[in-house]
Amino acid sequence: MQFDSWLAFFNMGGHGLYVWLSFGIALLVLMLNIVSPLFQFKSTVQSLAKKYQRESNRQ
Amino acid sequence: MLLNQGIYSGNRDGFEVVHMIRAFWAELNRDLLLAFRRRGDLLNPLLFFVMVVVLFPLGVSPAADFLAQLAPGVLWVCALLAALLSLDNLFKSDYEDGTLEQLVLSSESNYMTAMAKAIAHWLTTGLLLALMAPLLALMLFLPTEAIPVLVISLLLGTPTLSLIGAIAAALTVGLKKGGVLISLLVIPLYIPVLIFGASAVQNATLGLPVAAHFAILGAMLIMSLVLAPFAIAASLRMSVSS
Amino acid sequence: MAKKQIMPLWFYRLASPKYCYQITATLLPYFAAITLALLSIGIVWALLFAPQDYQQGNSFRIIYIHVPSALLAQSIYLTMALSGAIGIIWKMKIADMVAYACAPIGASMAFVALITGAIWGKPTWGSWWVWDARLTSMLILLFLYFGVMALYSAMGNSASAARAAAILSLVGLVNIPIIKYSVDWWNTLHQPATFTLTEKPAMPVEMWLPLLVMVLGFYFFFATAMLLRLRNEILLREKRTSWVKQLVSEL
Repeated sequence: MQFDSWLAFFNMGGHGLYVWLSFGIALLVLMLNIVSPLFQFKSTVQSLAKKYQRESNRQ
Repeated sequence: MLLNQGIYSGNRDGFEVVHMIRAFWAELNRDLLLAFRRRGDLLNPLLFFVMVVVLFPLGVSPAADFLAQLAPGVLWVCALLAALLSLDNLFKSDYEDGTLEQLVLSSESNYMTAMAKAIAHWLTTGLLLALMAPLLALMLFLPTEAIPVLVISLLLGTPTLSLIGAIAAALTVGLKKGGVLISLLVIPLYIPVLIFGASAVQNATLGLPVAAHFAILGAMLIMSLVLAPFAIAASLRMSVSS
Repeated sequence: MAKKQIMPLWFYRLASPKYCYQITATLLPYFAAITLALLSIGIVWALLFAPQDYQQGNSFRIIYIHVPSALLAQSIYLTMALSGAIGIIWKMKIADMVAYACAPIGASMAFVALITGAIWGKPTWGSWWVWDARLTSMLILLFLYFGVMALYSAMGNSASAARAAAILSLVGLVNIPIIKYSVDWWNTLHQPATFTLTEKPAMPVEMWLPLLVMVLGFYFFFATAMLLRLRNEILLREKRTSWVKQLVSEL
């Protein structure tokens, strides 16, 4: 453990803003890259299901 | 038929080379003739070059020593943009009237046709820009001893720009909104040429040697001359078939 | 006449989108778990236990994001260009889809590398942006990704779009070393010797071990994100096949 207290941990020796901003942005981008295809998968499956339904109704 | 086989079978490879060279000249001739028939269009990139260069003294400062410092970069960037903006028409008219399809489908080597088209583009834009540059260099107070270096660096660099640009032009020829897209595709690839071209001129203004810059510009030219036609030909086949 | 097989059998089996979909379904949970484990270990290690740098203090911890994302941005470009080449040579639909899935992930990694580099630059150099050779090369790499993505968005996800993007990314791949060389050279010419962000004489084990964990975590993250995108692409492009119809009805 490199830090004595939680406060020191958040402060990062005065560089807290830079460190937390970098890690925050990076984690956000990583999450987006995982979450957006998951949502896309859901909507793709739904739209395909509707499409197949329509096609089978037509016949 | 028999006669043909008799003639060609003995020295087939030699015949192919002659045939390829002839296809190259035919295409080059045709493109230059077409460009010559539309002389007005030839002026456009040159006028663009002049006008954008004139914007810099107006927008930044007309002070002679300041402009002299700026000149190598400004002249190279403006020449690059002028060459870039003329790419849109490189294959457009041939694509629209169906000539391009015939060229791609024909038994001629697509590689040679692609190279001829890129070189024709250079002869009608890059070459003229390089010849035009000394005039603008004087207006930007570029030291006189740097002017020959500017012209040579443009002569060595702009053919590379035409060859790389032709790839992007060939990729986007089938699209309705090709113009801005070409710039997006091509600008990152132009950066090395710009860096070495502009700093050759910069070195010349400082009285430093420029041989290494010329060597690298020449190496990039040879490499793109050999490799780019493959990519242009493949892109043209893709654009025609879609 | 039977054609001679140049590549091993598993390579040819990948040509079947159905088979590939099954692979993504099997691999995804494992990759997701490994990513989660490696990244959480790496982040805790990097933030709490890694020692601080004697010159840069705690801002040094940004390296644990900056280096993995920069490495990944370059590797993804290579993956994209090579799978584009496979798509051209073997006419393999799945390779086109992989290339298509790679582009946005690679661009986002280049973006993270740039942003963290800029944030790191503020305490180190005193300004948000310095025309440092690595940052400039990364910026150009981001532009190359933008070009490929612009081409996809102009052409849709048809076979000819895949062809065009593959040609463009291969041209870019040939150019990357030239760009890198020219930018390095340009930088040494225009910049007085500043101390660079990541070049360290020798990093002690306590420092590079968490970095290694983060790099591995990022690579598994890429595999996970890519498979997720690939899965969507397979479903969309194979929507007329009976196996997709059956799959959708089961979900």
